[in-house]
Amino acid sequence: MTRYFTQDHEWIDVSGTSGVVGITEYAQSQLGDITYVDLPSAGATVKKGDAPCVVDSVKAASDVYSPVSGTITAANDALGDAPELVNTDAEEGGWLFRIDLSDPAELDGLMDKAAYDAYVAGL
Amino acid sequence: MGDVQTINDDEAVEPEVLTLPLDAWHRAKGGRMVEFAGYWMPVQYEGIIAEHLWTRESAGLFDVSHMGQLFISGEGVEAALEAVLPIDLSTLKPYGPRYSLLLDENGGVLDDLMVTRWNSGFYLVVNGATKWDDIGHLREHLPDEVTINHLDDSALLALQGPKAFAALDRVVTGEYPLSALTFMKGGQFKIDGVEAWISRSGYTGEDGFEISIPAADAERVADLICAQPEVKPIGLGARDSLRLEAGLPLYGHDLSPETSPVEAGLLFGINKRRRSEGGFPGAERILREIAEGTARKWVGLVLEGRQAAREGATVHLGAEQVGVVTSGGFSPSRQQPIAMAYVASAYAAPGTKLEIDVRGKRLPAEVVPTPFVPHRYYRGA
Repeated sequence: MTRYFTQDHEWIDVSGTSGVVGITEYAQSQLGDITYVDLPSAGATVKKGDAPCVVDSVKAASDVYSPVSGTITAANDALGDAPELVNTDAEEGGWLFRIDLSDPAELDGLMDKAAYDAYVAGL
Repeated sequence: MGDVQTINDDEAVEPEVLTLPLDAWHRAKGGRMVEFAGYWMPVQYEGIIAEHLWTRESAGLFDVSHMGQLFISGEGVEAALEAVLPIDLSTLKPYGPRYSLLLDENGGVLDDLMVTRWNSGFYLVVNGATKWDDIGHLREHLPDEVTINHLDDSALLALQGPKAFAALDRVVTGEYPLSALTFMKGGQFKIDGVEAWISRSGYTGEDGFEISIPAADAERVADLICAQPEVKPIGLGARDSLRLEAGLPLYGHDLSPETSPVEAGLLFGINKRRRSEGGFPGAERILREIAEGTARKWVGLVLEGRQAAREGATVHLGAEQVGVVTSGGFSPSRQQPIAMAYVASAYAAPGTKLEIDVRGKRLPAEVVPTPFVPHRYYRGA
């Protein structure tokens, strides 16, 4: 499994053509208290850069962009009762959706952890 | 993800972001600073929900030094102020703030503000984002004999919550005890030797105080108040969620030149004598609206589920759009989304079932009476 990051503060764990997407620790800290997550439905197809998911904080609603194109295969239903998991465990238990990648070559434009950490340090 | 930025970026009206007297104090306390009304201000410290709930159960200290503090005096000041505000100054006793409205010629709202009679003139507190426009408007409409003094060397703090009195009472001295102040009364006190104008008022629906002090002493006073065990510093984020639960309007969002105070249900800002006599900006429209009613009303809505509706979301009944949300968010006290909206008067009665369009989804909502959380003002023992 390999983890990639986007400039918009999503992460994606990829094994073969299967991915798991969430938002980064930095993103959750900037958003503050998360009160609701609007999750996508399994079966939906998305293009890279689409916003299949919305994270509501007390302050604002924020789009979560899909780092890759593909078909949504599952969503993290635990967030229905416990959206705060995205605050407390953004990069593991607070994952948002699973996606079957249609074009793994899209991963080439994403960052690894070292590059992302450097990117955040420069913000 | 999109829009990781914070609330109300649109309110930065000045090209250069200015700092307030407590800027370093907020940063030292861990405040996350954002641009608001042209100033760097703390949006949160430990987190909006925790700060919100702390204020509701204990006491929170807010820095509201971005607001405009004005002192207006001179010959004929009473008549001059009554020409620009729908206030009845003949019934305004000394030292008690009263809510009023700065109106344009069409009765649209230019700002909402507090007016207090001091010995030699009137002390006004106006919104931060509008203060420069307000000063310009007042200069234009007040006669030359009346002077406007911008008290920009004063800081303004608000201490709010059920334990605000206990905390503040410990650190103030005065000619009479702090307990002499009831809701919407004020007086001159000292805090650690610092001259402080204190009124029992605020913007959270809780008991509490607003405290005007010299900017040079602001850090010392803030430190002393925050050293009380009941008190934590609270950011703008919780200030907004607290005032929303209290059903209080935020200028620039719920009120604007496009809204009339009658639609907004702010009749208490138009004093009784002025309703019969008129003679204030926009009186023709406002008196007509009082007599005949308005086409739309500002109402509270509670949403089903957990997803919040924000400013700009449209309100619907079936295929018809019947309103628009002006403020909305998740209520930490009620643990559900709440909103304020202007809706057609036919659909403004509590109990009316409506829908709010949030990103293409229709969320069920119901009109409810406001405030969403009961006010707990101190009106006397």
